[in-house]
Amino acid sequence: MTLNDYLILSTIIFFIGMIGVIRRKNLLMLFFSTEIMLNAVNIGMAAISKFHGDLTGQMFAFFIVAIAASEVAIGLGLLILLFKRKNTIDLDNISSMRG
Amino acid sequence: MFEIVAFYLFAFLVIAMFSITVFTNNALYALSSLAAGMIFISAFFFILDADFLGVVQIIVYTGAVMALYAFGMMFFDTISEVKESVTNPKLTFLLSGLAALLVVFIFVAPLIGANAEALYPVHPEYGNAQDVGLVLFTKYLVPFEVAAVMLLVAMIGGIILAGKKMDISYTELSEKEIDDHKVDSEIAKDMK
Repeated sequence: MTLNDYLILSTIIFFIGMIGVIRRKNLLMLFFSTEIMLNAVNIGMAAISKFHGDLTGQMFAFFIVAIAASEVAIGLGLLILLFKRKNTIDLDNISSMRG
Repeated sequence: MFEIVAFYLFAFLVIAMFSITVFTNNALYALSSLAAGMIFISAFFFILDADFLGVVQIIVYTGAVMALYAFGMMFFDTISEVKESVTNPKLTFLLSGLAALLVVFIFVAPLIGANAEALYPVHPEYGNAQDVGLVLFTKYLVPFEVAAVMLLVAMIGGIILAGKKMDISYTELSEKEIDDHKVDSEIAKDMK
């Protein structure tokens, strides 16, 4: 297994997440897709760390995990607040700013 | 040989699971397949000798994040079918085209990191967890502390955001008081 195999896998998973971000209209599903993208990047980081014999990639992967965890906490809080106000988490129905 | 078999098996599983997450219309299926995909991703970390990262992945994602999502889904009525309407197919087409173009640029770009030198080299005699600890608590101590503060802020923010208007405890009220309160809040909602 070479570095390229892992990077191609990471790209494929990243674009699965990206398809989700483009396609989804439900905010909870959008959060799922962002998690997928963050995880794809983590695989790439770990692979580079292994094939270059350097720990920096793993360090960045740890910080990405921490950021993902805090993103979920804040994001779900905002989502619950939004659901209480508007009674929907659909992207099309919550647009209040019209230009 | 073992690595090749494991790589392709888990690559197939992860892609299948995440495709289900992205393309299904059932929120519960999406949540379960996302959790499964997270666990399968940790297999790659074990293959890549990043044992500690693999364990963190399982604990944080399938332990904490998935539990949080499952908890959050109680508030939303997404157990039933998720209704989504793609109203602007042109925009989707444009964005997908841009993404594809970006990938082409990434793959044809010259590789700058080909002869990069290791800044913090791996010590095979230490073991991964010890090695990670050494680098994390010397070279990355300040980012580590900042990440701790960030997690604290996120926790407080999450509690405050989700906990608004939760100051009324329904368990301490009688049946009639709960009904009155519900009527009150509905009137207040109609007034808005």
